[in-house]
Amino acid sequence: MSEKTIEKPPTDALTAEREAEAEEKAAARQASLLKDGWADLRKRPMFLITAFVILCLLVLAIVPGLFTARSPFSDGFCQLQNSMNGPSSGHLFGFDVQGCDIYTRTVYGTRNSIVVGVVTTIATTLIGGLLGMLAGLVGGWVDALLSRITEVFSALPLIVGGLLIMSIWRSGDVWSVSFIMAILGWPQVFRIMRGEVISNKYNDYVMAARALGAGSSRIAFRHILPNTLAPVIVITTMNLGVYIAAEAALSYLGIGIQYPNISWGLMISDAQDRFLTSPHALLFPAGALSITVLAFIMLGDVVRDAFDPKMR
Amino acid sequence: MGRYVVRRLLQVIPVMIGVTFIIFCLVFALPGDPIQALAGDKRADPNIAAILRAHYHLNEPLYMQYWHYISGVFRGDLGETYNGRAISDIVSQRFPVTLKLGLTSFAMEAVIGILAGMLSALKRGKFLDNVVLVATLLLISIPVFVLGSVLQLEFGMNLKITPISGIDKGWPQSYILPAIVLASTSMAYIARLVRSSMTESIRADYVRTAIAKGLPRRRVIGLHALRNSLIPVVTFLGFDLGALMGGAIITERVFNMPGLGGQLAQSVYLRESPVVVGLVTLLVLIYLAANLLVDLMYAVLDPRIRYE
Amino acid sequence: MTIIDPTDAVPAPRSGDDQKTGPLLEVRDLHVEFQTREGVVRAVNGVNYSVNSGETLAVLGESGSGKSVTAQAIMGILDMPPARIPQGEIRFYGQDMLTMSADERRKLRGARIAMIFQDALSALNPVLSVGFQLGEMFRVHQGLSRKEAKAKAIELMDRVKIPAAAARVNDYPHQFSGGMRQRIMIAMALALEPDLIIADEPTTALDVTVQAQVMDLLAELQREYRMGLILITHDLGVVADVADKIAVMYAGRIVETAPVHELYKRPAHPYTRGLLDSIPRLDQKGQDLYAIKGLPPNLLKVPSGCAFNPRCEKAQDICRTELPPLVPVTERDGAELPGRASACHFWKETIHG
Repeated sequence: MSEKTIEKPPTDALTAEREAEAEEKAAARQASLLKDGWADLRKRPMFLITAFVILCLLVLAIVPGLFTARSPFSDGFCQLQNSMNGPSSGHLFGFDVQGCDIYTRTVYGTRNSIVVGVVTTIATTLIGGLLGMLAGLVGGWVDALLSRITEVFSALPLIVGGLLIMSIWRSGDVWSVSFIMAILGWPQVFRIMRGEVISNKYNDYVMAARALGAGSSRIAFRHILPNTLAPVIVITTMNLGVYIAAEAALSYLGIGIQYPNISWGLMISDAQDRFLTSPHALLFPAGALSITVLAFIMLGDVVRDAFDPKMR
Repeated sequence: MGRYVVRRLLQVIPVMIGVTFIIFCLVFALPGDPIQALAGDKRADPNIAAILRAHYHLNEPLYMQYWHYISGVFRGDLGETYNGRAISDIVSQRFPVTLKLGLTSFAMEAVIGILAGMLSALKRGKFLDNVVLVATLLLISIPVFVLGSVLQLEFGMNLKITPISGIDKGWPQSYILPAIVLASTSMAYIARLVRSSMTESIRADYVRTAIAKGLPRRRVIGLHALRNSLIPVVTFLGFDLGALMGGAIITERVFNMPGLGGQLAQSVYLRESPVVVGLVTLLVLIYLAANLLVDLMYAVLDPRIRYE
Repeated sequence: MTIIDPTDAVPAPRSGDDQKTGPLLEVRDLHVEFQTREGVVRAVNGVNYSVNSGETLAVLGESGSGKSVTAQAIMGILDMPPARIPQGEIRFYGQDMLTMSADERRKLRGARIAMIFQDALSALNPVLSVGFQLGEMFRVHQGLSRKEAKAKAIELMDRVKIPAAAARVNDYPHQFSGGMRQRIMIAMALALEPDLIIADEPTTALDVTVQAQVMDLLAELQREYRMGLILITHDLGVVADVADKIAVMYAGRIVETAPVHELYKRPAHPYTRGLLDSIPRLDQKGQDLYAIKGLPPNLLKVPSGCAFNPRCEKAQDICRTELPPLVPVTERDGAELPGRASACHFWKETIHG
């Protein structure tokens, strides 16, 4: 495909006009793709439902105090004599092994889950997206080098890699967990971004823009990048749920978020030993976790259906 | 084909070196003295400590340590613990459990996932499709450790169909429940993947041709459409082998199975760095081997790939 | 609505003796519609045509005219739903295929009626060797063994003049050139020596030089096996050499039928005239090339009256209100013109004017 070299025509008024026109078209096409996607999205009942659930979760995460009068960080919050007591009035979810109110802890756990999911997703998108763009646009040895580095990182499965890193570096707060998952997660976004950039690079309309004399940075930013947005948006949305689940798994293994920080995964892990006798301590945080993951996974689904032009 | 295999093998080498180097640096380049740690609170005997340091190459520069480590890996020697036990010993004792668990689960997710995805694609929009859709969403969103506990309670405790934990009953009884749990998420992803790729391929021109040739529906779907739909699934399965090894860490913990995953988690808690490095290296090698295998299968499944 | 099928009356020049047994294939008042999100698309609205053994019917029209949908309805490869056939008959040797069981129809497909698709690259399965795909015809329909089927496949590839057939039988579609791939498609259609072949734009995706070779091959094989051929195309140039009679379709209807050379000489519908005028001609070098103005109709909102009226230069008020029926076309003096019909209120002016 690249064998065909297209001669650059003189930049007279006509070609400038044509170039502007071609660019407008590309931009309009992109705008319409995103706009169509959004218009399509708003019509889907599934989107409205998941958006509502996520909105509730966000409110829970931002102002947990609205939903419970107790604070899990106050003195006397946990009373050992209540250990493993079942649900009762005033304590809807019952108590855990330390005698802490599970409802309050579940409410306060929302924030950490959401923050880890969002921060990790943003970080992987930025790292993977930028590097993928660089590799795709520049090509050559830069691409080769970055691709090899990506392979190295993707050879470490999330749990295995997380176990390894956390075995050394146990800080156990939200930020370090996010950081580790981002380090292990960016290769996926890299691959998608690189693939998209490369396939767009050789598309007819980019060839046309090049033939009309558009400069390479102009082509990169006005023609190629906008077209990679849809797949990246899709994968980003889908990852939110995946990372929230991954955080819980790491915390469950004792290598994610650590006490005194609250994590649903950690709560589930604590409750597991006594699950066969008092399942409530596990089921409530597990339910909260499942609903959250489900909401984000379904959001990812509807976003993919709406934005992925191939699915149309 | 032969050249492709060689090229692919050569590509694996830098990745392997890169990964092992990262693993190595992460674990060994840390401050702290493992020999002193061995002695616990007492002061280590300086003579013994010196011998041990020499034995574990701890007094050599980092790159030499790495060299000893990587050349050991190539010889099949994963190193030894600081109290002298060969890591390959641990592996040979624990690996069969993980292997049985992993393969059972792998077979389950492939067979059930592909069948469910096919059904879903063929009955698109119908009742069965929705059942599969809901099931996959649930499997994806319920964490494996929760699913594991719930199944344990239901099948092990209440119905008493399977053992609650451990591997005393051997394969298959002791492995079925853990394998289902380990397979659950990937099974759901495979079903979704097959559904979407199958939906695409049953609309493809070559399927229309197959129908126009008067082939029975079974053959149109089972051969012409499925062969093409399986290509992305094979890729997923390859990547998933690595994830299965990671997932085994959780599943083995839930079901209290003495496999590699449990050992790895335990070693992390106990800070047995050589064991961690050895086991992680092994898992990564398995993962890379699986990916290599997938790439080669890919070339068999998709003849267009060979020339690219 | 009276059903007239003027194409029926054209004697098949190359096989007049088959007339006694009636037409090989007869499409009667066929309607096809698609259920879509935007509404019901009426893709085919009462099409009638027929083909005899050894005869070539060319179906001409723009994309969206319903020519391919008709062909797919005949083959029975429409996706139903969304497609629906609310009325009509498709008679193969007099028997209505639409009332047959799915299995009866399947056994006809490939064996008695075969189809050649436009884009051989996407129509051939990319992951199966061409030998396998050709041999499959024999294995499924005739129960031959894998080995016998392969031998037959090589024979077929020889038949359609693919060089070194025996060496290439295990190659995959992407390893062949466009022309060779289309030959493989032809070979696949010919495999069981069907009575009827439907070729849906068989040469559109090919280079001009290769187009002629492929068309010649197809015509030659058709003569040899005395098959009926329905050639679907939008290319008038292709038609002239091989077709016996032509049906022109517009917005899901046949607007004109005629024996091939008469159509070129004296079109009886403004749309046909427009198509003919838009062929580049050497003797008009330097002049602007004629083009039919406007766009093909939106099948969701077919214009009232004659569907062609918004694009027609001769359109009158009646064209906007009344749907012109397909009526027989005669000479000025009323003498019959066999096989000719037009669906234009002003066919007289068009053909004689």
